[in-house]
Amino acid sequence: MQTKLEEALRKPVFVNVGVRSFGDSLREAGYDVIDVDWKPPAGGDLRIADLLDELI
Amino acid sequence: MVRKTVVRKNRYFDSVFLMQVARRIAAQPGISDASAVLATEANRKSLTKIGYAGDAGFDTAGPNDLVVAVSGDERAVDAVLANVEQFFTHATPIADAQPQRHSIAEAVAARPDASVAVISVPGEFAAREARAALEQGLNVFLFSSNVAVEDELALKTDARQRGLIVMGPDCGTSFLGGAGVGFANAVRRGPIGIVASAGTGMQELASLIHRAGSGISHGIGTGARDLSEGIGGISTLTAIEVLENDDATTVIAVLSKPPAAHVARVIEERLARCTKPTVLCLLGSGRKPATIDEAAALALQAAGVSHPAPARRSDEMLARALDQLSPERRYIRGVFAGGTLCYQAQVIFRDAGIAVRSNEPLPGMAKLANPDESLEHSFIDMGAEEFVHGRPHPMIDATLRRERIEREGADRSVAVILLDFVLGAIASNDPAGDLLPSIRKVQQQSPIVFVASVCGTDEDTQNFAAQTRALEDAGVLVFASAAEAAAFSLDVVRRLAERKELVHADQA
Repeated sequence: MQTKLEEALRKPVFVNVGVRSFGDSLREAGYDVIDVDWKPPAGGDLRIADLLDELI
Repeated sequence: MVRKTVVRKNRYFDSVFLMQVARRIAAQPGISDASAVLATEANRKSLTKIGYAGDAGFDTAGPNDLVVAVSGDERAVDAVLANVEQFFTHATPIADAQPQRHSIAEAVAARPDASVAVISVPGEFAAREARAALEQGLNVFLFSSNVAVEDELALKTDARQRGLIVMGPDCGTSFLGGAGVGFANAVRRGPIGIVASAGTGMQELASLIHRAGSGISHGIGTGARDLSEGIGGISTLTAIEVLENDDATTVIAVLSKPPAAHVARVIEERLARCTKPTVLCLLGSGRKPATIDEAAALALQAAGVSHPAPARRSDEMLARALDQLSPERRYIRGVFAGGTLCYQAQVIFRDAGIAVRSNEPLPGMAKLANPDESLEHSFIDMGAEEFVHGRPHPMIDATLRRERIEREGADRSVAVILLDFVLGAIASNDPAGDLLPSIRKVQQQSPIVFVASVCGTDEDTQNFAAQTRALEDAGVLVFASAAEAAAFSLDVVRRLAERKELVHADQA
């Protein structure tokens, strides 16, 4: 069985998180990309974001 | 002419998108200049420096706030700022009208065959997203910098246990199964697999291989710190292993700045056991291959590709360059977009016994006290953290580099300005065109020699030949590689030093 890394080299499918143009350029080159509409968690407060993660 | 700002609290956009917004605003009638940036301290400082300050909320805005700064006719500026939201909604919607995914878990639920997360969020949030990606079974391409070394070690250890790889943090480029990820040139596929902890080094090596007529199977970036003591080469070892098992790869080239001593031994031992021919290039280690050019030549040779030696620098070029320089000019200033290319240039000067200062010095070179102020021979990495916090990389946004070139050009002791032009995906549509107005401005004021290299291929949308021609038409001396451009610059600087000694001897 192929590992996920070998799979990524054979036929990569991308999840893009952050700068939109990274995903756009892969898409333009013909690759499958799923965009995540990312915003700083908990308004940018990492401590609160981590607390929320623990609660969920 | 007025300068005004507005602040929007807690609005996040990525820096590339913000640059596009600023360009759209600047294109409006009556507007002479516009910026849209996150209000980091560095961004507020640079806006203050060019005359923006004092508007409501500006001084207290923080890195989670957005600031839009516009100058021009008062009526035009007021009109833009009154309707500033429209410039943020004109963005391309999420592509293909995909349903919005708010997390990596949601994205993977929609596409269970997803295999790579490309993460470029601000550094403080990057480890968190990378962890989420690994938990979802994704390999990680981590463009973000500013990730703590402990986080990097934890991520890479976790990845290794899961049979995954973390490329990064601070990874600029990978080529995965033909897909160029991040700053990637359009290179043909071929027999050479690359493992690189040096981003523009990977681009330069892949481009040189392509231009020699061959190609690469995969290029796996590992992040600048992978071969450090703290990380121990975890991703490099994973990458070597996967390329060794990959049928399309016949030669493996590993490119890095010098690793920690025991990590170097681990990598050397691993490569010695490799069943395929390998090339190990540790820039600045003092061992061969000493440059990316030499690494490319060895990899091509191992792959059985015959290639013509690139055209060398000539004595006539040197004589012409020296002729135009007046005696008080003797220093070189390198203003680089590519970090590895800045590093390689320092190596070439150090190995010739010439001291250069840098904001990113290699061991043995002096660090510039202030990255904004060059001194004597200086090589500036404009992609270093202090220049990119909250704004796009200089390969995308040439603003700071243009300003720097003009400042260096105004210094009467400067003889040579050394530049790199990096083409490929994500990079500016016209890297040469971005800098040419500043180059011409300097040339009109003073007889400075501009030396450059272009990293890329004719398949890149910017087109290698067209970019080279545009620079040459403006009188820039363009070389076939960054190493060649640095070596020519070194020749000029050496001859200028000899000339100065002769003048002193005459006077004595």
